[in-house]
Amino acid sequence: MASNAAVPFWRAAGMTYITYSNICANLVRNCLKEPYKTEALSREKVHFSISKWTDGKPEKPTIRSDSPEE
Amino acid sequence: MLRRALGLLPRPIAAARARSFSTDLPAAHTADATFMEAWNKVMPNMDPPKTPLSFMHPRPPTPSSIPPKLTVNFVLPYASELSTKEVDMVIVPATTGQMGVLPGHVATIAELKPGVLSVHEGSETTKYFVSSGFVFIHANSFADIIAVEAVPLDRIDANLVQKGLADFTQKLSSATTELEKAEAQIGIDVHSALNSALTG
Repeated sequence: MASNAAVPFWRAAGMTYITYSNICANLVRNCLKEPYKTEALSREKVHFSISKWTDGKPEKPTIRSDSPEE
Repeated sequence: MLRRALGLLPRPIAAARARSFSTDLPAAHTADATFMEAWNKVMPNMDPPKTPLSFMHPRPPTPSSIPPKLTVNFVLPYASELSTKEVDMVIVPATTGQMGVLPGHVATIAELKPGVLSVHEGSETTKYFVSSGFVFIHANSFADIIAVEAVPLDRIDANLVQKGLADFTQKLSSATTELEKAEAQIGIDVHSALNSALTG
C-alpha cells in the first residue's frame, strides 16, 4: 500500500522520532572536543537498579548502568 | 432526505465561526466562581487553594503592531540556554531549509534537522550546532526553540567529524536491513551537517 504523506526515511525504516533524535544527539556528542565530550557523555549516563518480584516480595536488586540507547 | 442534509449544513459552519481558533489566547484566568462560593461557605477564614493554572503566567498578548525584538527561549533537556532573550533575528535549521525568524513572523511549528542555529543580536551572532528538535514561533513574536543537544561550534572536533563521516559512509554500503541503512544514513546526515557547520 503506497503511503500518502512523504514520510522521512527513518520512519519508513520503522524508527520512531525519539529514536532518531537520540541517535542524532549521541552522534553530535561523540564529535565534541575533549573536556566537553566526557562531560556530555557522563551527563547522559543512565544507571538503574532492577529488582524482580516473586510471591509479592522483591528479590535482590541488580544495578545496571546502561549506556544511552544507540 | 436531501432537504434534511441541507438543513444540517449551516449548523456546523455557524458553530465553527463561533468557536475560537486554538492560536487565539484564552481569556485571562479567573477563579471559578461556584468553587469560590462553596469554599467561602465552608471555610470563610482560609484562603482557597491555588490551582496550577493560577501559577502559570498568561502568554503575553499579541501586540497590534510588530514588536521591535523577537523574544527567544532556547532550551535543552539539561539546561536553559537562552531564557526570554530579546534578539533581532534567529536563523533555525528547519527540515525545509534555513529559516530566518524576525519579529512579527507568522505563527509556525517547524521540525529542526541537524544544523546551525544562529542568534543575531545587534552586531553579534552566536552560533550553535543543534542535533534535532523543534521550534515554535508564536504570533506574539516569542520563539521557543527546543533541542536535544546543542553545542557552540568551537566545541566540535573536526577530526572526529571526518572520521565519523567516513565510518558511516562505509556502513551505508555494507548495511543489509532497512534499519541499518537508516542508521547509517542518519550518521551521514549528521556528520555532513557538522562538517558544513565547521567549514561554512
